[in-house]
Amino acid sequence: MKELVIISGKGGTGKTSLVACFAALAKKKVLADCDVDAADLHLLLEPRILKRAPFQAGREAIIREADCNGCGLCQKYCRFKAISNLENKFTIDPTACEGCGVCVYFCPQKAIDFPEKTCGEWFISDTRHGPMVHAKLGIAEENSGKLVSLVRSQAKTIAQEQGLDLVIIDGSPGIGCPVIASLTGASVVLVVTEPTQSGLHDLERVAKLSSHFKIPALACINKYDINPEMTEKITRFCEQAGLQVVGRIPYDPLVTKAQLSRQSVVEFGDTPAAVEIRQLWQHLSDLLV
Amino acid sequence: MQIAIASGKGGTGKTTIATNLAWSVSSHRPTRLLDCDVEEPNCHIFLNPEIEKTDTVGVPVPLVDTEKCTGCGKCGELCQYSAIVSMKSKPLTFPELCHGCGGCSLVCPADAITEVDREVGVVESGKAGKLKFVRGLLRIGEAMSPPLIRAVKTFIDEDLLTIIDAPPGTSCPVIEAIRGVDYVILVTEPTPFGLNDLILAVETVRQLRIPFGVIVNRAGIGDQEVQAYCEKEKIPILLELPDDRRIAEAYSRGEMAVNAIAGLQDKFNSLYAELAEYLNEY
Repeated sequence: MKELVIISGKGGTGKTSLVACFAALAKKKVLADCDVDAADLHLLLEPRILKRAPFQAGREAIIREADCNGCGLCQKYCRFKAISNLENKFTIDPTACEGCGVCVYFCPQKAIDFPEKTCGEWFISDTRHGPMVHAKLGIAEENSGKLVSLVRSQAKTIAQEQGLDLVIIDGSPGIGCPVIASLTGASVVLVVTEPTQSGLHDLERVAKLSSHFKIPALACINKYDINPEMTEKITRFCEQAGLQVVGRIPYDPLVTKAQLSRQSVVEFGDTPAAVEIRQLWQHLSDLLV
Repeated sequence: MQIAIASGKGGTGKTTIATNLAWSVSSHRPTRLLDCDVEEPNCHIFLNPEIEKTDTVGVPVPLVDTEKCTGCGKCGELCQYSAIVSMKSKPLTFPELCHGCGGCSLVCPADAITEVDREVGVVESGKAGKLKFVRGLLRIGEAMSPPLIRAVKTFIDEDLLTIIDAPPGTSCPVIEAIRGVDYVILVTEPTPFGLNDLILAVETVRQLRIPFGVIVNRAGIGDQEVQAYCEKEKIPILLELPDDRRIAEAYSRGEMAVNAIAGLQDKFNSLYAELAEYLNEY
């Protein structure tokens, strides 16, 4: 079984629109939306949820006001400035607490509770293009990397159970925790970039990230005709960095029109972008075998 | 005064708004731009700042003196991140999992744990014309950006206007970037993805109880659902930037939109004037 991860470094280059196309084109696959804090794939695939489960990770410190004697030791020890003191009433800001438990351990009154936390929810669904695993991280929550790992492992289990040979992973922007969790151990990374200075800058960093984790990386340039000079520059960078450019997708306003009608552009019609994406997928699936 | 530019969805134009707003205002008011999108910072591309100083940023991680360690295991029991593990033996450390809470060194009865810095990235500071500039740059392969974002935010100076370019999303890096600011501008685009992620971003800023407004970028490419949502939720739309090829082309070359379109700088200046007035009354 292969795991194909689509990432971009820079946000908004077209990851999800492209993954939705692959969903329509690929046979025998599971989809995994690993952009857990701003998931969008469900908007195009309209999943029917078959199973939902809470995502529990980490703990949260909560002061029991009645048992607190106001000594202030918790505030002194907290490195995350999560504890505030208003007229000797100590409270913990849940959005700042990193759940380290130092205050809980050292409170002389044992006045701090430390319950497990529910940080979100994850789903197994059925879509018109097959099974999909997705999730919703709670607002202002942490542990996105753990949730990404959970979504990936559930998707792999489904692939194994149903004899499917590909997991297609929609990643998140950036190069931090959730991105690392979405690509470690994957078979191949496809970086979606755009012909802008920012696109190139972020591609460079994400290419270094893939090579840091020793994952083979491919690239595709979206809206390549917006700035042909930059496309040339990006192509040269890819050659030097050993990233094969597997597709150049033209700027096509019908991609947004397709999104408005909740479809991938390859389902929407034989638009210029759709034609190129079909070829790109053919190329990519040959490489995946 | 501190204004953060955020968005749920990536690529909606945060950096365009942050750089053009900061650049415009800096001509008449002392301003500092903080690029807190430390995973993929891009503001420098448009501003070409002169970097005057580079500081490395570390997270304190445990260093165990095995001579002093008695193998009691208290450090491993306390650690919530499995960054120090002790199974009735001398502990093993996994520095990349460590959040730097300091609990293990505090709890160690044998005084066997000291803390050493593990580098997570650098903070660069300098200026672009009159605009003061700071950015964080996360080390490649590093998962944890919040400590670096905190380090960038130490440059906040109450006497200056601070503009913060936040990372995309709604989880810890965004929270770290926008916590404590006076106002958040959420940048979105008028598409189903833009709207879906705007709603998540709105829930996030509401949870933090920060006043906010919306900028609709590339107005005209999709539908009117974002505007309808804002009206329903009584969220002010601060500015609508049309889908203009000249802005896209300037962006692609790494150039400022205010230099590509006449009159745009005035729009950013009046946006700032409105926000300043609002925040004074608020």
